[in-house]
Formats: sequence, structure tokens, C-alpha cells
Amino acid sequence: MTGRAEILSTPSEAAPARPAAAWRRDPLLVGILVVIAAVCLGLVGLQPAPYLVNAIGQLAAFAILAVSLDLVWGYLGILSLGHGLFFAIGGYVCAMHLLAHAFAVTGVAPDFVQFMGWTALPAYWAGLTHAPYALALALGLAAAVAFVFGLASFRSRVNGVYFSIISQALVYVAMLLMFRNDTGLGGNNGMTGFPLLFGYPMGSAAVTTGLALAALGTLAAVLVGTRALVAGPIGRRMLACRDDETRLRTLGYGTTRLKLAIWCLSAMIAALAGVLYVPQVGIINPRVLSPDLSIEIAVWMAIGGIGRLGGAVIGAVAINALKFWLSAALPEAWPFILSGLVLVVVLALPNGLLDLATLRTRPTWLRGGAPR
Amino acid sequence: MSALVVENLTVTFGRFRALDALSLAVDPGEIRAVIGPNGAGKTTLLDVISGITKPVSGRVLIGDGIDLTTRSEAEIAKAGIRRKFQKPSVFPALTIRENLEIGCGTGLSATERPARIAEILAETGLAPREHAQAGALAHGEKQWLEIGMVLASNPRIILLDEPVAGLSDSETERTAALIRSLRRLDRAILVIEHDMAFVEAIADRVTVLHEGRTLFEGSLHGARADSRVIEVFLGR
Repeated sequence: MTGRAEILSTPSEAAPARPAAAWRRDPLLVGILVVIAAVCLGLVGLQPAPYLVNAIGQLAAFAILAVSLDLVWGYLGILSLGHGLFFAIGGYVCAMHLLAHAFAVTGVAPDFVQFMGWTALPAYWAGLTHAPYALALALGLAAAVAFVFGLASFRSRVNGVYFSIISQALVYVAMLLMFRNDTGLGGNNGMTGFPLLFGYPMGSAAVTTGLALAALGTLAAVLVGTRALVAGPIGRRMLACRDDETRLRTLGYGTTRLKLAIWCLSAMIAALAGVLYVPQVGIINPRVLSPDLSIEIAVWMAIGGIGRLGGAVIGAVAINALKFWLSAALPEAWPFILSGLVLVVVLALPNGLLDLATLRTRPTWLRGGAPR
Repeated sequence: MSALVVENLTVTFGRFRALDALSLAVDPGEIRAVIGPNGAGKTTLLDVISGITKPVSGRVLIGDGIDLTTRSEAEIAKAGIRRKFQKPSVFPALTIRENLEIGCGTGLSATERPARIAEILAETGLAPREHAQAGALAHGEKQWLEIGMVLASNPRIILLDEPVAGLSDSETERTAALIRSLRRLDRAILVIEHDMAFVEAIADRVTVLHEGRTLFEGSLHGARADSRVIEVFLGR
């Protein structure tokens, strides 16, 4: 952890005294926002093939998920290996809304209700036909789970690798729970077969494009919002907490509340990503909660670059685009390609792909004894 | 009335007694140096006062009778106690100015901060580099920045853990002058230091610690003449 923080914070030798304002202006982020706007225009104007629109929308949802992890890992030094939990909370609640809505409109009970031999949805599904309530429930539930887990961990000062391991255990426990068929949440088959979105047939060009636009728009809003947060006084306190929590405490700042607030915010953003992801992929099942998916989010970020927000977007989009393409072309090779990429990035680009932007024509170790 | 009273403080790490029923009182307006061989418990004492380590028994009281051993680090800092760490502890990702801003703590309002930061920048001579990233500073500059962060909130008790470690002779002299200038009737300063010339330059009294207990308390001159102190420092 410490090693990474030092790598991150060591500025290039060419930048001794920059004004703080310039540091906060973020060309990477502006570039990404321009690309998002261009893609949105392209989706509306060019009307590309539905599978491409759908893939772009899914990539945007993954990018939101990566940004949510960057907020806690990159800026607060808290590596969660269980962020799939919050993503799944959003996804499951969204799936519940879609099924409840379809049941109300068509009168056909969802598969798992018939499979369990029930006639109606369980009582706690009440009200989920209303989209605003479902959204509030998704975000509120994610925040509540994050709050309880965060409070217990941060108050007892569980940090670093211990926190990562416990977060991993949490997502695993959630997966085991969701594999049970009697929870009323679809069991090991999960939930699928969503026929309608707000009354419109799922899979129509308009709905597919609308979902992709919603995901892209949310991504842009999340980026602007998180950027404003991390560039302000709270962001400076987050960086201070990441690099030396004891120092920050002994200057009179209680860090538990700060960590808890950002942790809950991060969980809500991850849940939002899940809400946007499920209608696009058309299914949610307990495999979203498998520990390796949660680790993979960290891998996207490590590849893209940590602590820059934009790096998380680049990592999530690059890796998942590659995955969409290669897992169709060379499915058995994908794990090897991903592992190889991680190795290359860790060895050659310790700050992720963002390092490519600052690469010199000759690496430092070849320049040999250049006078300073 | 003392500014800081340490009463019967015992700290153990496993079976090792880092502090053994240590008692100590620092007067307001005093600069007290704590010296002693490695492992004497000097840094542990500061860890207890700043709330990082909790003692097995004993109390640490400040002027108004607050027992610090029951408080969190942040509460202790809010009570007006600041500490400089042995290893220069600044926030590397932030600029000098941003570090000082955080150093001002929660007691200063946003309108009071710029003036206070300007004062500190002038006092520490860091003004020309205020937008430099702290991680890129030289060791001496980091030491001074951390001292500046500690001073920014106008603390009434200042704890300094080896403030001149790794500094050049001229830097050490400047630091001594700075610390002497901090002396105020309503402020107590506790310094841990190995550099005896520096201790001589700043301290009113010294406390010699050995194996978690007070071996000697009085003037540095007296400490140098004390047979037990000589034995501990020069080998047994």
C-alpha cells in the first residue's frame, strides 16, 4: 500500500512548482467527457448495430463501477475486493423492478415464482413496480450495507489488506446466500426474461439506445461529480488520509466519518452501475457476486491507472472491450491474456496505462547516468 | 499549575515494559527536553500523550483536568496538542500550502486560515515554494513543513520528536531559533532529541529516561554531572 502511494505521489522531476489550480484541471477527464458526448451523438445520429449499442452501454456501466472503486482505492487507500456486492445489490433490485413491472402489466408470473410453486411475489417485493422506489431502494440498500460494514471496520481500525480480505469474504457470503432458492430472489438461476422497460418492449432499438445513453450520461455525471469532490477540500483530506491516516488524526480530524461517508457514496455509485447494467445484459444471477469478478474490478483499475478517475474509465473500457471481443473469438485464452496484461502493466507501467502518456522516448534505465 | 502532567504511566508491549510507572510534569512556558538511550520509552511517551498508544495504567492530564488517555487522537489534537513525528510526516500528494491548510485544523475558520498560512509560510521560509508538492521536498524542508503544520493551529502543547534529525548544522541552528521563538507563557513544549548541543540551546530542563523510568530531572548541566546518567549513557 505504502509503496503504491509513494509511486503515485512522486511527481516527475520536471514539475517542481506548479500552481494548484493547474493540477486540478484535468485534461484526461475533459477528453473522456468529450468522447462520451461524441459517442452519444454517434448513437443517436448513426444508429449503429444493436449489439454494438448494447456493448457500449455495458462498457459505460462497468466504467461507473470502476470509478466507484477508484474513489475509495485511489483516493482513500481502501482496496475493496467486494465491490461486486454493491453492484449486485443495484442489479438485483433493478431485476426485481423489471419482473414486478412485467408481472403487473402482463399478468404472467416470473419463472422462479412458478418454479417455486408460488402464486404471487414475496411480500417484500411490494412497491417495486414503481421505478423511483426501486432506484431509491437500490441506492439505500447499498448505502445501508456499506454503512454497517464500514462502521464495524473503520471504527475498529481494520485497514489495508485485512479490510480487503474481509470485503472479499463479504461478497462470497452474499453469493452463497443468493444461491439459495428459497430467498425469493431467483436462487441459482437468478432472474432473467425481462420483457418490458417502462412499458416498452425490451430489445427494441429505442430501448437499447435509451439504456446506452442513460449509462453514458450517468457515467459523465458521476465523473463530473466525483471530480468536483476529489478536487475540493474533502478530496485533499482523502489524499491525506490515504497517505498518512495517523498524521491526519493527530491534526484534529476524525477519519472514521470521512472514510464512512466516501465508502457509502462509493457503494451507491457501484449500485447505480448495477442498476444500469442488468437491463442491458438481461440477466442477473449469483455469479455477479463471485469473488473473482470483484477482484477483476481492481484489475481494470490497476491496468488503467489508479487515483485519476479517468484511469479507471480507460481500464474498465479497454479490458471489457477486449473481453467482449476475445471471449467470443478465443474464449479459452482470455484468462491467460488478462493475466499477461496484468504482468506487463505491473512490470512496465506501474501506474497503469496512464503511464503511456508520460513515457519518454528511452526508458530511464537506458539513459544511463544523465546528469541532473 | 502544570500544563501537562503524566501520572504513573505504564505501557507494555507483550512482556516488555516500555514505560514503567512514569511520572512527569511540564510547566506552562517551559521547554522540556526528554533524552535517553534508544528504547528508553521517549517516543512511546509521545505516542501515549497524542493518543496513538493506550497505556495499561496511569493518566495524562492537561491544564483543565482532561485525561488524555481516554480520548481519541483527533479529540486530543482538538484540545490544542500537536505533535511532530520522528519520521517527517507530511502529506506527499498535497502542496505545501494544502498541507498547512490541513494543519490549521478544525479550530480555525476558513476566513482566518489564509492569514495564518501566510504567517507560517514566512516563519518557515517556505513561502517561495508554497505550491510545490510535499512529496518532492528535501528532507530538511519536510521537517520544516511538518513543524509548520504543527504550529498552524497555535497549539498550547507542542510535542516534537527529534525535530533536527538529519538536518545540517545551519538548519539545526535555525530550528533551535524557531523553537525558542515559540516559547509563550501559555504554551508547553516537549522535545525528544539526541543532539545535546541542540538540547542545550533550547531546553529549560531535561528529563532523562531509562528503561521507561525517570533517571534524572533538572538542568542539562546537572544531568551531565549525574553519575547514574553517565553510567547509562557511557555503558554499564
